[in-house]
Amino acid sequence: MVTADARYSLMELMICAAARQLEDNQTAVIGTGAPLAAAMLAQKTTAPNLVILFEAGAMATILERLPISVSGSETQTRALVHGSMLEVMEACQRGLVDYTFLGGAQIDMYGNLNSTMIGSDYRHPKVRLPGSGGANDLASLCWKTMATMHHDVRRFVPRVDFITSPGYLTGPGAREAAGLPPDTGPYKVISTLGVMGFDPLTKRMQVESLHPGVTREDIAAATGFEMLFAAALEVTPEPTDVQLDILRTQVDPQGMILGKPERRKAG
Amino acid sequence: MIELEGEIQPVGELFQSPDANAAREFFRHKSRAMVDKRMSVPEAVARFIHDGDYIATGGFGSVRFSTAVLHEIVRTRKRNLGFSGHSTTHDFQILAAGRVIDRCDIAYVVGLEIRGLSPNGRRFMESGTVRTTEWSNAGLGWRYKAAAMGVPFLPARVMLGSDTLRYSAGRLIEDPFTGQKLLAVPALYPDVGIIHVHQADIFGNAQIDGTSIVDLDLAKASKRLIITTERIVETEEFRRDPRKTSIPYWQVDAVCHVPFGSYPGNMPFEYFSDERHLAEWVEVEQDEARFAAFLEHYIYGVNNFETYLALAAGEQRLAELRSLEILKRV
Repeated sequence: MVTADARYSLMELMICAAARQLEDNQTAVIGTGAPLAAAMLAQKTTAPNLVILFEAGAMATILERLPISVSGSETQTRALVHGSMLEVMEACQRGLVDYTFLGGAQIDMYGNLNSTMIGSDYRHPKVRLPGSGGANDLASLCWKTMATMHHDVRRFVPRVDFITSPGYLTGPGAREAAGLPPDTGPYKVISTLGVMGFDPLTKRMQVESLHPGVTREDIAAATGFEMLFAAALEVTPEPTDVQLDILRTQVDPQGMILGKPERRKAG
Repeated sequence: MIELEGEIQPVGELFQSPDANAAREFFRHKSRAMVDKRMSVPEAVARFIHDGDYIATGGFGSVRFSTAVLHEIVRTRKRNLGFSGHSTTHDFQILAAGRVIDRCDIAYVVGLEIRGLSPNGRRFMESGTVRTTEWSNAGLGWRYKAAAMGVPFLPARVMLGSDTLRYSAGRLIEDPFTGQKLLAVPALYPDVGIIHVHQADIFGNAQIDGTSIVDLDLAKASKRLIITTERIVETEEFRRDPRKTSIPYWQVDAVCHVPFGSYPGNMPFEYFSDERHLAEWVEVEQDEARFAAFLEHYIYGVNNFETYLALAAGEQRLAELRSLEILKRV
Protein backbone atom coordinates (compact mmCIF):
# COMPACT_ATOMS: atom_id res chain seq x y z
CA MET A 1 0.00 0.00 0.00
CA VAL A 2 1.93 2.96 -1.30
CA THR A 3 1.60 6.38 0.31
CA ALA A 4 2.93 9.80 -0.65
CA ASP A 5 5.42 9.55 2.20
CA ALA A 6 7.63 6.47 2.36
CA ARG A 7 7.96 7.05 6.12
CA TYR A 8 4.69 5.19 6.77
CA SER A 9 2.31 2.77 5.09
CA LEU A 10 -1.35 3.35 4.27
CA MET A 11 -2.35 0.85 6.96
CA GLU A 12 -0.33 2.82 9.51
CA LEU A 13 -2.01 6.06 8.40
CA MET A 14 -5.46 4.45 8.78
CA ILE A 15 -4.68 2.99 12.20
CA CYS A 16 -3.46 6.38 13.44
CA ALA A 17 -6.54 8.12 12.00
CA ALA A 18 -8.74 5.54 13.72
CA ALA A 19 -6.88 5.87 17.04
CA ARG A 20 -7.48 9.63 16.96
CA GLN A 21 -11.25 9.04 17.06
CA LEU A 22 -11.15 7.19 20.37
CA GLU A 23 -11.49 9.55 23.33
CA ASP A 24 -10.04 9.06 26.79
CA ASN A 25 -12.44 7.93 29.54
CA GLN A 26 -14.92 6.52 27.02
CA THR A 27 -16.09 2.96 26.46
CA ALA A 28 -15.54 1.05 23.23
CA VAL A 29 -16.22 -2.46 21.99
CA ILE A 30 -13.51 -3.27 19.50
CA GLY A 31 -13.55 -5.81 16.67
CA THR A 32 -10.67 -7.83 15.27
CA GLY A 33 -7.95 -6.52 12.93
CA ALA A 34 -7.00 -2.88 12.30
CA PRO A 35 -9.51 -1.45 14.84
CA LEU A 36 -7.76 -3.42 17.57
CA ALA A 37 -4.39 -2.01 16.59
CA ALA A 38 -5.98 1.47 16.71
CA ALA A 39 -7.47 0.90 20.17
CA MET A 40 -4.17 -0.43 21.49
CA LEU A 41 -2.31 2.56 20.03
CA ALA A 42 -4.86 4.96 21.55
CA GLN A 43 -4.51 3.26 24.94
CA LYS A 44 -0.72 3.70 24.77
CA THR A 45 -0.88 7.35 23.66
CA THR A 46 -3.88 9.71 23.71
CA ALA A 47 -6.46 7.63 25.58
CA PRO A 48 -4.78 5.79 28.47
CA ASN A 49 -8.12 5.48 30.27
CA LEU A 50 -10.03 4.16 27.26
CA VAL A 51 -12.28 1.37 28.57
CA ILE A 52 -11.87 -1.41 26.05
CA LEU A 53 -14.56 -4.07 26.01
CA PHE A 54 -14.54 -7.28 23.99
CA GLU A 55 -17.70 -8.99 22.86
CA ALA A 56 -16.57 -12.33 24.32
CA GLY A 57 -16.74 -10.83 27.81
CA ALA A 58 -13.47 -9.15 28.78
CA MET A 59 -13.91 -5.63 30.18
CA ALA A 60 -11.49 -2.78 30.91
CA THR A 61 -8.57 -4.69 29.48
CA ILE A 62 -5.07 -3.24 29.41
CA LEU A 63 -3.75 -4.67 26.18
CA GLU A 64 -0.28 -6.18 26.35
CA ARG A 65 -0.25 -8.13 23.10
CA LEU A 66 -2.28 -7.55 19.93
CA PRO A 67 -5.18 -10.06 19.98
CA ILE A 68 -5.69 -12.49 17.11
CA SER A 69 -9.24 -13.26 18.23
CA VAL A 70 -11.66 -10.98 20.11
CA SER A 71 -12.08 -13.79 22.62
CA GLY A 72 -8.45 -14.80 23.13
CA SER A 73 -6.24 -14.57 26.18
CA GLU A 74 -4.71 -11.32 24.86
CA THR A 75 -8.13 -9.62 25.26
CA GLN A 76 -8.19 -10.54 28.94
CA THR A 77 -4.86 -9.19 30.21
CA ARG A 78 -5.18 -7.04 33.34
CA ALA A 79 -8.94 -6.78 32.76
CA LEU A 80 -11.25 -5.69 35.56
CA VAL A 81 -13.91 -8.20 34.53
CA HIS A 82 -13.75 -11.62 32.93
CA GLY A 83 -17.46 -11.64 32.17
CA SER A 84 -19.75 -12.98 29.49
CA MET A 85 -20.74 -11.96 25.99
CA LEU A 86 -24.23 -11.05 27.13
CA GLU A 87 -22.89 -8.82 29.92
CA VAL A 88 -21.03 -6.79 27.30
CA MET A 89 -23.98 -6.73 24.89
CA GLU A 90 -26.34 -5.77 27.71
CA ALA A 91 -24.03 -2.87 28.64
CA CYS A 92 -24.39 -1.75 25.01
CA GLN A 93 -28.17 -2.15 25.20
CA ARG A 94 -28.31 -0.12 28.45
CA GLY A 95 -26.57 2.78 26.67
CA LEU A 96 -23.24 2.48 28.42
CA VAL A 97 -21.02 1.99 25.38
CA ASP A 98 -19.83 5.00 23.37
CA TYR A 99 -17.95 3.54 20.43
CA THR A 100 -17.68 0.47 18.33
CA PHE A 101 -15.36 -0.25 15.46
CA LEU A 102 -16.41 -2.64 12.69
CA GLY A 103 -15.47 -3.77 9.20
CA GLY A 104 -17.37 -5.27 6.30
CA ALA A 105 -17.34 -6.38 2.69
CA GLN A 106 -19.72 -3.65 1.49
CA ILE A 107 -20.96 -0.27 2.74
CA ASP A 108 -23.51 2.15 1.27
CA MET A 109 -24.04 5.90 1.59
CA TYR A 110 -26.11 5.45 4.76
CA GLY A 111 -23.38 3.37 6.39
CA ASN A 112 -25.27 0.07 6.16
CA LEU A 113 -22.73 -2.76 6.36
CA ASN A 114 -22.72 -6.18 4.70
CA SER A 115 -20.69 -9.05 6.11
CA THR A 116 -23.15 -11.89 5.34
CA MET A 117 -23.19 -12.72 1.63
CA ILE A 118 -22.46 -11.47 -1.88
CA GLY A 119 -25.16 -12.15 -4.48
CA SER A 120 -28.79 -11.38 -5.21
CA ASP A 121 -30.41 -14.43 -3.55
CA TYR A 122 -29.84 -15.16 0.15
CA ARG A 123 -30.58 -18.86 -0.40
CA HIS A 124 -27.99 -19.12 -3.19
CA PRO A 125 -25.10 -16.81 -2.28
CA LYS A 126 -22.27 -16.24 -4.74
CA VAL A 127 -19.99 -15.79 -1.75
CA ARG A 128 -20.94 -16.81 1.76
CA LEU A 129 -19.36 -14.51 4.33
CA PRO A 130 -19.34 -15.01 8.13
CA GLY A 131 -22.56 -13.18 9.02
CA SER A 132 -23.17 -10.67 11.78
CA GLY A 133 -21.18 -12.05 14.64
CA GLY A 134 -21.55 -9.23 17.13
CA ALA A 135 -21.49 -6.52 14.44
CA ASN A 136 -25.25 -6.10 14.15
CA ASP A 137 -25.60 -5.84 17.94
CA LEU A 138 -22.85 -3.25 18.23
CA ALA A 139 -24.08 -1.20 15.24
CA SER A 140 -27.60 -1.30 16.73
CA LEU A 141 -26.73 -0.39 20.30
CA CYS A 142 -23.48 1.59 20.63
CA TRP A 143 -23.77 5.38 20.45
CA LYS A 144 -21.23 5.86 17.67
CA THR A 145 -20.34 3.23 15.10
CA MET A 146 -17.11 3.42 13.16
CA ALA A 147 -15.84 1.24 10.34
CA THR A 148 -12.56 0.70 8.55
CA MET A 149 -12.81 -0.21 4.86
CA HIS A 150 -10.67 -0.61 1.76
CA HIS A 151 -11.98 2.11 -0.56
CA ASP A 152 -13.08 0.90 -4.01
CA VAL A 153 -16.29 0.64 -6.05
CA ARG A 154 -16.81 -3.01 -5.14
CA ARG A 155 -17.01 -2.08 -1.46
CA PHE A 156 -18.54 1.43 -1.53
CA VAL A 157 -21.72 0.42 -3.33
CA PRO A 158 -25.09 2.06 -4.11
CA ARG A 159 -26.89 -0.82 -2.41
CA VAL A 160 -25.37 -3.48 -0.19
CA ASP A 161 -26.37 -7.04 -1.13
CA PHE A 162 -27.44 -7.71 2.47
CA ILE A 163 -27.83 -5.32 5.41
CA THR A 164 -26.02 -7.30 8.08
CA SER A 165 -25.57 -4.34 10.43
CA PRO A 166 -27.77 -1.25 10.30
CA GLY A 167 -26.43 2.14 9.33
CA TYR A 168 -29.02 4.85 8.78
CA LEU A 169 -30.99 2.26 6.73
CA THR A 170 -32.98 4.32 4.16
CA GLY A 171 -32.18 7.74 5.62
CA PRO A 172 -33.30 10.17 8.36
CA GLY A 173 -35.68 8.62 10.91
CA ALA A 174 -35.39 5.09 9.54
CA ARG A 175 -33.46 3.66 12.49
CA GLU A 176 -35.98 4.98 14.98
CA ALA A 177 -38.89 3.71 12.84
CA ALA A 178 -37.29 0.26 12.85
CA GLY A 179 -37.22 0.32 16.66
CA LEU A 180 -33.50 0.95 17.12
CA PRO A 181 -32.46 3.14 20.07
CA PRO A 182 -32.60 6.87 19.22
CA ASP A 183 -29.51 8.91 18.47
CA THR A 184 -27.33 5.92 17.59
CA GLY A 185 -25.75 5.18 14.22
CA PRO A 186 -22.72 5.46 11.96
CA TYR A 187 -20.19 8.07 13.00
CA LYS A 188 -16.97 7.68 10.98
CA VAL A 189 -15.68 5.52 8.15
CA ILE A 190 -11.93 5.35 7.86
CA SER A 191 -10.99 4.11 4.41
CA THR A 192 -7.79 3.73 2.45
CA LEU A 193 -8.52 7.13 0.83
CA GLY A 194 -9.99 9.33 3.53
CA VAL A 195 -12.03 9.80 6.68
CA MET A 196 -15.79 10.09 6.17
CA GLY A 197 -18.52 11.28 8.51
CA PHE A 198 -22.28 11.57 7.98
CA ASP A 199 -24.24 14.69 7.08
CA PRO A 200 -26.50 15.42 10.09
CA LEU A 201 -29.53 16.29 7.96
CA THR A 202 -29.47 13.72 5.17
CA LYS A 203 -27.55 11.02 7.10
CA ARG A 204 -25.45 10.52 3.95
CA MET A 205 -21.75 9.74 3.99
CA GLN A 206 -19.48 12.73 3.43
CA VAL A 207 -15.73 13.08 3.21
CA GLU A 208 -14.23 15.06 6.08
CA SER A 209 -10.56 14.55 5.32
CA LEU A 210 -8.52 13.28 2.39
CA HIS A 211 -5.45 11.18 3.08
CA PRO A 212 -2.23 12.96 1.98
CA GLY A 213 -1.90 12.85 -1.83
CA VAL A 214 -5.54 11.78 -2.39
CA THR A 215 -7.88 14.03 -4.43
CA ARG A 216 -11.67 14.46 -4.40
CA GLU A 217 -11.66 12.88 -7.85
CA ASP A 218 -9.84 9.81 -6.52
CA ILE A 219 -12.57 9.27 -3.93
CA ALA A 220 -15.42 9.97 -6.34
CA ALA A 221 -13.96 7.45 -8.80
CA ALA A 222 -13.55 4.80 -6.08
CA THR A 223 -17.11 5.20 -4.75
CA GLY A 224 -20.17 3.53 -6.28
CA PHE A 225 -22.59 6.18 -4.97
CA GLU A 226 -22.57 9.97 -5.00
CA MET A 227 -20.18 10.90 -2.20
CA LEU A 228 -20.68 14.20 -0.39
CA PHE A 229 -17.75 16.40 0.61
CA ALA A 230 -17.65 18.58 3.72
CA ALA A 231 -17.35 22.34 3.09
CA ALA A 232 -14.16 22.50 5.13
CA LEU A 233 -12.30 19.53 3.67
CA GLU A 234 -9.13 18.68 5.56
CA VAL A 235 -6.08 16.51 5.02
CA THR A 236 -5.77 13.51 7.33
CA PRO A 237 -2.88 14.17 9.74
CA GLU A 238 0.16 12.04 9.06
CA PRO A 239 1.36 9.61 11.74
CA THR A 240 4.00 11.08 14.01
CA ASP A 241 7.34 9.33 14.53
CA VAL A 242 6.29 8.53 18.07
CA GLN A 243 3.04 6.91 16.89
CA LEU A 244 4.90 4.89 14.27
CA ASP A 245 7.47 3.72 16.75
CA ILE A 246 4.83 2.59 19.27
CA LEU A 247 2.83 0.90 16.52
CA ARG A 248 5.80 -1.03 15.18
CA THR A 249 7.59 -1.90 18.39
CA GLN A 250 4.79 -2.23 20.97
CA VAL A 251 1.44 -2.71 19.23
CA ASP A 252 2.28 -5.04 16.35
CA PRO A 253 5.95 -6.06 16.38
CA GLN A 254 5.02 -9.31 14.59
CA GLY A 255 3.39 -7.48 11.68
CA MET A 256 0.03 -9.26 11.99
CA ILE A 257 -1.83 -6.16 10.83
CA LEU A 258 0.98 -3.91 9.62
CA GLY A 259 2.63 -6.57 7.46
CA LYS A 260 6.19 -7.77 7.74
CA PRO A 261 8.86 -5.07 8.32
CA GLU A 262 10.57 -5.72 4.95
CA ARG A 263 7.27 -5.29 3.09
CA ARG A 264 6.53 -2.18 5.10
CA LYS A 265 9.73 -0.52 3.88
CA ALA A 266 8.91 -1.36 0.27
CA GLY A 267 5.42 0.10 0.80
CA MET B 1 -47.84 -11.06 23.28
CA ILE B 2 -49.29 -10.15 19.91
CA GLU B 3 -47.14 -9.76 16.82
CA LEU B 4 -47.02 -6.23 15.50
CA GLU B 5 -49.52 -5.65 12.73
CA GLY B 6 -48.48 -4.11 9.44
CA GLU B 7 -44.90 -5.26 9.87
CA ILE B 8 -43.07 -7.60 7.55
CA GLN B 9 -42.18 -10.51 9.79
CA PRO B 10 -38.94 -12.51 9.40
CA VAL B 11 -38.97 -15.50 7.05
CA GLY B 12 -36.24 -17.70 8.57
CA GLU B 13 -36.82 -21.27 9.70
CA LEU B 14 -37.05 -22.07 13.43
CA PHE B 15 -35.13 -25.31 13.93
CA GLN B 16 -35.83 -26.02 17.64
CA SER B 17 -39.08 -25.58 19.52
CA PRO B 18 -38.99 -22.71 22.06
CA ASP B 19 -41.83 -24.38 24.05
CA ALA B 20 -40.93 -23.82 27.71
CA ASN B 21 -43.47 -26.38 28.95
CA ALA B 22 -42.00 -29.13 26.79
CA ALA B 23 -38.56 -28.19 28.12
CA ARG B 24 -39.85 -28.28 31.71
CA GLU B 25 -41.19 -31.77 31.09
CA PHE B 26 -37.76 -32.84 29.81
CA PHE B 27 -35.90 -31.28 32.75
CA ARG B 28 -38.45 -32.79 35.16
CA HIS B 29 -37.09 -36.20 34.28
CA LYS B 30 -33.41 -35.33 33.97
CA SER B 31 -31.46 -37.25 36.64
CA ARG B 32 -30.28 -35.27 39.66
CA ALA B 33 -28.18 -38.15 40.93
CA MET B 34 -24.67 -37.20 41.98
CA VAL B 35 -22.95 -40.09 40.26
CA ASP B 36 -19.58 -40.58 38.59
CA LYS B 37 -20.09 -39.35 35.02
CA ARG B 38 -16.58 -39.88 33.77
CA MET B 39 -16.36 -41.56 30.40
CA SER B 40 -14.27 -41.49 27.25
CA VAL B 41 -15.09 -39.04 24.47
CA PRO B 42 -16.15 -41.87 22.11
CA GLU B 43 -18.55 -43.18 24.76
CA ALA B 44 -20.01 -39.72 25.43
CA VAL B 45 -20.56 -39.07 21.73
CA ALA B 46 -22.08 -42.53 21.19
CA ARG B 47 -24.43 -42.17 24.16
CA PHE B 48 -25.51 -38.56 23.88
CA ILE B 49 -25.21 -37.39 20.27
CA HIS B 50 -27.53 -38.98 17.73
CA ASP B 51 -28.04 -38.37 14.03
CA GLY B 52 -30.44 -35.47 13.57
CA ASP B 53 -29.69 -33.87 16.95
CA TYR B 54 -29.26 -30.11 17.32
CA ILE B 55 -25.90 -29.35 18.94
CA ALA B 56 -24.24 -26.23 20.34
CA THR B 57 -20.61 -25.69 21.29
CA GLY B 58 -19.14 -23.45 23.94
CA GLY B 59 -16.24 -21.07 23.64
CA PHE B 60 -15.81 -18.42 20.99
CA GLY B 61 -13.78 -18.34 17.83
CA SER B 62 -10.57 -20.25 18.36
CA VAL B 63 -10.91 -20.14 22.13
CA ARG B 64 -11.95 -22.88 24.58
CA PHE B 65 -13.93 -25.19 22.32
CA SER B 66 -14.01 -28.97 22.61
CA THR B 67 -11.91 -30.25 19.74
CA ALA B 68 -11.99 -33.86 20.94
CA VAL B 69 -15.80 -34.11 20.80
CA LEU B 70 -15.99 -32.33 17.45
CA HIS B 71 -13.40 -34.69 15.93
CA GLU B 72 -15.30 -37.70 17.30
CA ILE B 73 -18.54 -36.42 15.73
CA VAL B 74 -16.75 -36.19 12.38
CA ARG B 75 -14.86 -39.49 12.81
CA THR B 76 -18.07 -41.42 13.57
CA ARG B 77 -19.74 -39.73 10.59
CA LYS B 78 -22.79 -38.35 12.36
CA ARG B 79 -25.47 -37.14 9.96
CA ASN B 80 -28.03 -34.35 9.68
CA LEU B 81 -27.03 -32.49 12.80
CA GLY B 82 -28.38 -29.02 13.51
CA PHE B 83 -25.82 -26.50 14.75
CA SER B 84 -25.85 -23.20 16.59
CA GLY B 85 -23.06 -21.09 15.13
CA HIS B 86 -22.47 -18.19 17.48
CA SER B 87 -19.02 -16.85 16.66
CA THR B 88 -17.71 -20.25 15.74
CA THR B 89 -14.48 -20.49 13.79
CA HIS B 90 -12.35 -23.63 14.07
CA ASP B 91 -15.23 -25.60 15.60
CA PHE B 92 -17.34 -24.81 12.55
CA GLN B 93 -14.36 -25.64 10.33
CA ILE B 94 -14.22 -29.16 11.83
CA LEU B 95 -17.97 -29.78 11.42
CA ALA B 96 -17.89 -28.41 7.86
CA ALA B 97 -14.94 -30.70 7.10
CA GLY B 98 -17.08 -33.70 8.05
CA ARG B 99 -20.22 -32.41 6.28
CA VAL B 100 -22.15 -33.51 9.37
CA ILE B 101 -24.66 -30.64 9.64
CA ASP B 102 -27.69 -29.91 7.46
CA ARG B 103 -29.13 -26.86 9.27
CA CYS B 104 -27.48 -23.97 11.01
CA ASP B 105 -28.46 -20.97 13.08
CA ILE B 106 -25.79 -18.50 12.01
CA ALA B 107 -24.32 -15.62 13.88
CA TYR B 108 -20.77 -16.18 12.65
CA VAL B 109 -19.53 -19.15 10.60
CA VAL B 110 -16.99 -19.62 7.76
CA GLY B 111 -14.95 -16.66 9.05
CA LEU B 112 -11.75 -17.14 11.02
CA GLU B 113 -11.40 -13.59 12.34
CA ILE B 114 -7.97 -12.16 11.41
CA ARG B 115 -7.00 -15.49 9.80
CA GLY B 116 -9.40 -15.02 6.87
CA LEU B 117 -12.20 -17.26 5.57
CA SER B 118 -12.36 -21.06 5.54
CA PRO B 119 -12.31 -22.18 1.87
CA ASN B 120 -13.97 -25.50 2.70
CA GLY B 121 -16.48 -23.81 5.00
CA ARG B 122 -17.41 -21.50 2.13
CA ARG B 123 -17.79 -24.36 -0.35
CA PHE B 124 -19.99 -26.20 2.15
CA MET B 125 -22.22 -23.19 2.89
CA GLU B 126 -22.47 -22.27 -0.80
CA SER B 127 -23.39 -25.86 -1.79
CA GLY B 128 -27.06 -25.43 -0.94
CA THR B 129 -27.09 -28.48 1.35
CA VAL B 130 -27.35 -26.52 4.61
CA ARG B 131 -30.56 -24.73 5.65
CA THR B 132 -29.63 -21.48 7.38
CA THR B 133 -31.25 -18.88 9.63
CA GLU B 134 -29.48 -15.62 10.53
CA TRP B 135 -28.97 -14.11 13.98
CA SER B 136 -26.54 -11.79 15.72
CA ASN B 137 -24.25 -12.95 18.52
CA ALA B 138 -26.38 -11.26 21.18
CA GLY B 139 -29.60 -12.45 19.51
CA LEU B 140 -28.40 -16.04 19.61
CA GLY B 141 -26.96 -15.57 23.11
CA TRP B 142 -30.28 -14.24 24.42
CA ARG B 143 -31.97 -17.29 22.88
CA TYR B 144 -29.88 -19.45 25.24
CA LYS B 145 -30.63 -17.05 28.07
CA ALA B 146 -34.39 -17.30 27.46
CA ALA B 147 -34.07 -21.10 27.61
CA ALA B 148 -31.92 -20.80 30.74
CA MET B 149 -34.64 -18.65 32.32
CA GLY B 150 -37.35 -21.11 31.29
CA VAL B 151 -39.28 -18.56 29.23
CA PRO B 152 -40.20 -19.02 25.55
CA PHE B 153 -38.64 -15.76 24.33
CA LEU B 154 -36.83 -12.60 25.35
CA PRO B 155 -37.32 -9.08 23.96
CA ALA B 156 -34.27 -7.44 22.42
CA ARG B 157 -33.30 -4.25 20.60
CA VAL B 158 -30.90 -5.74 18.07
CA MET B 159 -31.25 -6.91 14.46
CA LEU B 160 -34.09 -4.39 13.90
CA GLY B 161 -34.25 -2.88 10.40
CA SER B 162 -31.66 -5.26 8.97
CA ASP B 163 -31.62 -8.23 6.59
CA THR B 164 -30.18 -10.20 9.52
CA LEU B 165 -33.65 -9.74 11.02
CA ARG B 166 -35.44 -10.58 7.77
CA TYR B 167 -33.72 -13.98 7.49
CA SER B 168 -33.99 -14.75 11.21
CA ALA B 169 -36.84 -16.59 12.91
CA GLY B 170 -37.53 -13.82 15.42
CA ARG B 171 -40.80 -11.92 15.65
CA LEU B 172 -41.48 -8.18 15.83
CA ILE B 173 -43.59 -7.36 18.87
CA GLU B 174 -44.91 -4.33 20.70
CA ASP B 175 -43.73 -3.49 24.20
CA PRO B 176 -46.96 -3.55 26.30
CA PHE B 177 -45.60 -0.83 28.60
CA THR B 178 -44.19 1.82 26.25
CA GLY B 179 -45.48 0.72 22.85
CA GLN B 180 -41.98 0.47 21.40
CA LYS B 181 -41.07 -1.98 18.70
CA LEU B 182 -38.98 -4.92 19.90
CA LEU B 183 -37.58 -8.16 18.58
CA ALA B 184 -38.68 -11.36 20.32
CA VAL B 185 -35.96 -14.00 20.12
CA PRO B 186 -37.22 -17.54 20.71
CA ALA B 187 -35.69 -19.71 23.44
CA LEU B 188 -33.12 -22.15 22.09
CA TYR B 189 -32.90 -25.52 23.83
CA PRO B 190 -30.10 -27.49 22.11
CA ASP B 191 -30.38 -31.28 22.28
CA VAL B 192 -26.71 -31.41 23.22
CA GLY B 193 -24.32 -28.79 24.54
CA ILE B 194 -20.56 -29.39 24.34
CA ILE B 195 -18.30 -27.31 26.59
CA HIS B 196 -14.59 -27.46 27.40
CA VAL B 197 -13.61 -26.34 30.91
CA HIS B 198 -10.52 -25.89 33.04
CA GLN B 199 -11.45 -28.31 35.78
CA ALA B 200 -14.33 -30.51 36.84
CA ASP B 201 -15.05 -33.15 39.43
CA ILE B 202 -16.27 -36.64 38.54
CA PHE B 203 -19.92 -35.59 38.93
CA GLY B 204 -19.74 -32.65 36.51
CA ASN B 205 -19.26 -29.61 38.74
CA ALA B 206 -17.16 -27.49 36.43
CA GLN B 207 -15.01 -24.39 36.56
CA ILE B 208 -14.36 -21.99 33.65
CA ASP B 209 -11.58 -19.44 34.06
CA GLY B 210 -11.40 -16.27 32.01
CA THR B 211 -14.40 -15.05 30.04
CA SER B 212 -17.38 -17.40 30.07
CA ILE B 213 -18.73 -16.21 26.67
CA VAL B 214 -22.31 -17.62 26.63
CA ASP B 215 -21.44 -20.96 28.17
CA LEU B 216 -23.24 -20.58 31.50
CA ASP B 217 -26.56 -19.98 29.72
CA LEU B 218 -25.75 -22.61 27.10
CA ALA B 219 -25.11 -25.13 29.88
CA LYS B 220 -28.51 -24.37 31.43
CA ALA B 221 -30.32 -24.40 28.08
CA SER B 222 -28.90 -27.73 26.85
CA LYS B 223 -30.99 -30.84 27.36
CA ARG B 224 -27.86 -32.98 27.51
CA LEU B 225 -24.42 -31.61 28.29
CA ILE B 226 -21.00 -33.06 27.55
CA ILE B 227 -18.12 -31.51 29.48
CA THR B 228 -14.52 -32.05 28.49
CA THR B 229 -12.00 -30.87 31.04
CA GLU B 230 -8.29 -30.13 31.30
CA ARG B 231 -8.21 -31.59 34.83
CA ILE B 232 -10.29 -33.70 37.19
CA VAL B 233 -10.37 -32.33 40.73
CA GLU B 234 -11.97 -33.27 44.05
CA THR B 235 -15.50 -32.03 44.78
CA GLU B 236 -14.02 -30.41 47.88
CA GLU B 237 -12.44 -27.76 45.58
CA PHE B 238 -15.96 -26.52 44.84
CA ARG B 239 -17.37 -27.04 48.33
CA ARG B 240 -14.51 -24.98 49.73
CA ASP B 241 -14.97 -22.14 47.24
CA PRO B 242 -18.33 -22.20 45.44
CA ARG B 243 -17.28 -19.20 43.35
CA LYS B 244 -15.44 -21.78 41.27
CA THR B 245 -18.65 -23.57 40.26
CA SER B 246 -19.41 -22.21 36.79
CA ILE B 247 -21.63 -25.19 35.95
CA PRO B 248 -23.27 -27.37 38.66
CA TYR B 249 -23.24 -31.15 38.28
CA TRP B 250 -27.00 -31.62 37.75
CA GLN B 251 -26.75 -29.98 34.34
CA VAL B 252 -24.01 -32.35 33.20
CA ASP B 253 -24.33 -35.78 31.55
CA ALA B 254 -20.75 -36.67 30.71
CA VAL B 255 -17.34 -35.67 32.07
CA CYS B 256 -14.44 -36.45 29.75
CA HIS B 257 -10.88 -35.87 30.91
CA VAL B 258 -9.09 -34.35 27.89
CA PRO B 259 -5.86 -32.45 28.59
CA PHE B 260 -5.13 -29.97 25.78
CA GLY B 261 -8.76 -30.56 24.79
CA SER B 262 -9.07 -27.17 23.11
CA TYR B 263 -5.98 -27.67 20.92
CA PRO B 264 -5.34 -26.12 18.35
CA GLY B 265 -7.38 -23.43 20.04
CA ASN B 266 -6.43 -21.13 22.89
CA MET B 267 -7.26 -22.17 26.48
CA PRO B 268 -6.94 -19.07 28.68
CA PHE B 269 -4.47 -19.54 31.56
CA GLU B 270 -3.35 -22.88 30.05
CA TYR B 271 -2.00 -22.68 26.49
CA PHE B 272 -2.13 -20.46 23.43
CA SER B 273 -3.54 -21.37 20.01
CA ASP B 274 -1.30 -23.25 17.58
CA GLU B 275 -1.30 -20.69 14.79
CA ARG B 276 0.97 -22.86 12.60
CA HIS B 277 -1.52 -25.74 12.63
CA LEU B 278 -4.52 -23.43 12.15
CA ALA B 279 -2.76 -21.79 9.18
CA GLU B 280 -2.09 -25.25 7.73
CA TRP B 281 -5.83 -26.08 7.94
CA VAL B 282 -6.77 -22.95 6.00
CA GLU B 283 -4.03 -23.49 3.44
CA VAL B 284 -4.80 -27.14 2.78
CA GLU B 285 -8.56 -26.46 2.52
CA GLN B 286 -7.92 -24.66 -0.76
CA ASP B 287 -7.42 -27.99 -2.52
CA GLU B 288 -10.16 -30.60 -1.98
CA ALA B 289 -7.95 -33.64 -2.65
CA ARG B 290 -5.20 -32.43 -0.33
CA PHE B 291 -7.80 -31.57 2.30
CA ALA B 292 -9.30 -35.07 2.09
CA ALA B 293 -5.84 -36.55 2.69
CA PHE B 294 -5.29 -34.10 5.56
CA LEU B 295 -8.54 -35.19 7.22
CA GLU B 296 -7.68 -38.85 6.71
CA HIS B 297 -4.31 -38.24 8.34
CA TYR B 298 -5.58 -36.29 11.34
CA ILE B 299 -9.18 -37.41 11.98
CA TYR B 300 -10.55 -40.41 10.06
CA GLY B 301 -7.31 -42.38 10.14
CA VAL B 302 -6.68 -42.06 13.88
CA ASN B 303 -8.51 -43.69 16.77
CA ASN B 304 -8.73 -40.78 19.13
CA PHE B 305 -7.88 -37.20 19.97
CA GLU B 306 -4.67 -38.14 21.78
CA THR B 307 -3.22 -39.57 18.58
CA TYR B 308 -4.18 -36.40 16.72
CA LEU B 309 -2.44 -34.32 19.41
CA ALA B 310 0.74 -36.37 19.01
CA LEU B 311 0.61 -36.14 15.21
CA ALA B 312 -0.28 -32.44 14.92
CA ALA B 313 1.72 -31.04 17.80
CA GLY B 314 3.84 -33.42 19.87
CA GLU B 315 5.14 -32.83 23.36
CA GLN B 316 7.65 -30.14 22.45
CA ARG B 317 5.12 -28.01 20.58
CA LEU B 318 2.56 -28.40 23.39
CA ALA B 319 5.16 -27.16 25.87
CA GLU B 320 5.82 -24.20 23.56
CA LEU B 321 2.11 -23.40 23.47
CA ARG B 322 2.03 -23.39 27.25
CA SER B 323 4.86 -20.86 27.32
CA LEU B 324 3.17 -18.72 24.65
CA GLU B 325 0.08 -18.29 26.82
CA ILE B 326 -0.08 -14.71 28.11
CA LEU B 327 -2.49 -15.17 31.04
CA LYS B 328 -0.67 -16.55 34.07
CA ARG B 329 -2.17 -17.86 37.28
CA VAL B 330 -1.29 -15.91 40.41
